[in-house]
Amino acid sequence: MKFLCVECDQQMAFGERQLPGDGTLAATFKCPKCGRVVAMLTNPMETQLVSSLGVEIGGRTVPAQPFEMIDSMVTTTVGQPALSGAKGTVGPSWSADAQERLARVPNFVRGMVKKIYSDYAKERGIAEITPAVMDTARAELGLEGM
Amino acid sequence: MRTYHQLTDPDRSGLAGQITAQRRRVAERLAGVGRMVAVMSGKGGVGKSYVTAHLARALAQGGRATGVLDADLNGPTIPRLLGTVERPTADTAGVKPAVGLDGVKCISMALLLEDGAPLAFRGPTAESFVWRGAMEAAALREFMGDVVWGSLDTLLVDLPPGIQRYTELCDILGSAPPVLTVTIPTPESRDAVRRAMRAAVERGSQLLGIVENMVGGQFEGTAADELAAEFATPVLARIPWHPAPDTWATLGARL
Repeated sequence: MKFLCVECDQQMAFGERQLPGDGTLAATFKCPKCGRVVAMLTNPMETQLVSSLGVEIGGRTVPAQPFEMIDSMVTTTVGQPALSGAKGTVGPSWSADAQERLARVPNFVRGMVKKIYSDYAKERGIAEITPAVMDTARAELGLEGM
Repeated sequence: MRTYHQLTDPDRSGLAGQITAQRRRVAERLAGVGRMVAVMSGKGGVGKSYVTAHLARALAQGGRATGVLDADLNGPTIPRLLGTVERPTADTAGVKPAVGLDGVKCISMALLLEDGAPLAFRGPTAESFVWRGAMEAAALREFMGDVVWGSLDTLLVDLPPGIQRYTELCDILGSAPPVLTVTIPTPESRDAVRRAMRAAVERGSQLLGIVENMVGGQFEGTAADELAAEFATPVLARIPWHPAPDTWATLGARL
């Protein structure tokens, strides 16, 4: 999917991605010539289809993890001990405040969001994820709305 | 106004690149697999999984490293047939398959789901048919791309009835795998299996042969012989209701 600024005949550039938490997705695109910004808004079904492709609008911020989709999207698995919890490496802990904040993320995307923050912390050797770490990650990775 | 293919600026999403990376991941993961064989049938209930599991065990008993990928995501039975309930484990390198009877490695949704639970996805419940098939294909892609099989002589892919999962498999692999067809003797099975075989031929799969299962009982007919003649492929085995000790080894040797 691409966006064209018809007036300028310019391909628009990806700006940012937002996950409002209701199963929808928003992504902005900007014309590099005139600066016009448009937003692509997908409904839950469209968002789900994008998710099923295993791709991320705006590009991947972390490498794909083994069984990433199954882990985050299948609701009837035996749960964390089967896969994510047994991934061998000791992951970062979550402070109470960070857990509370994570709990506010809708189920639909919580697994994916948790994985992104966990991977961010692991890559940087951060032992505990706090709200401050989440804010920094969000800014660095362009995860507005997460 | 310019059209899609006329816009050639690199985009930050790099969706095409992400898809390419997925395919590369699958190819790299399967690089150690000597041969993949898709076990298929257009007909349900003909014993594909039964044949797959016993064939896998026979190959393993013959000294060949063998794995089974259970692509029947909604009705997985391979772990039970291979006598394992071992939950797969994972690390950063990937997911380690379970190991069943005779050392056959396997991955199956049955090993991941809660006991008795159906395969269910998060997502909008209204019109879920729109996206459910795509999610199942994604699960298959992760089975193909994330399981650390190591070095295998043969990887059998146990497909569910119909041709949809076979088509997804071809798309994920980027090529059509060789196919072993399973039928029972009846004309009803013949008609359904014919459609699947035709789909496989049209897609470019090599037909390795036909296994006629449940022979000698109440199911009457000559499905295997008719399909073999029509598609110029051999009948590799006729499996009676009570197979002899060497039935599976013979099939394994002919495959």
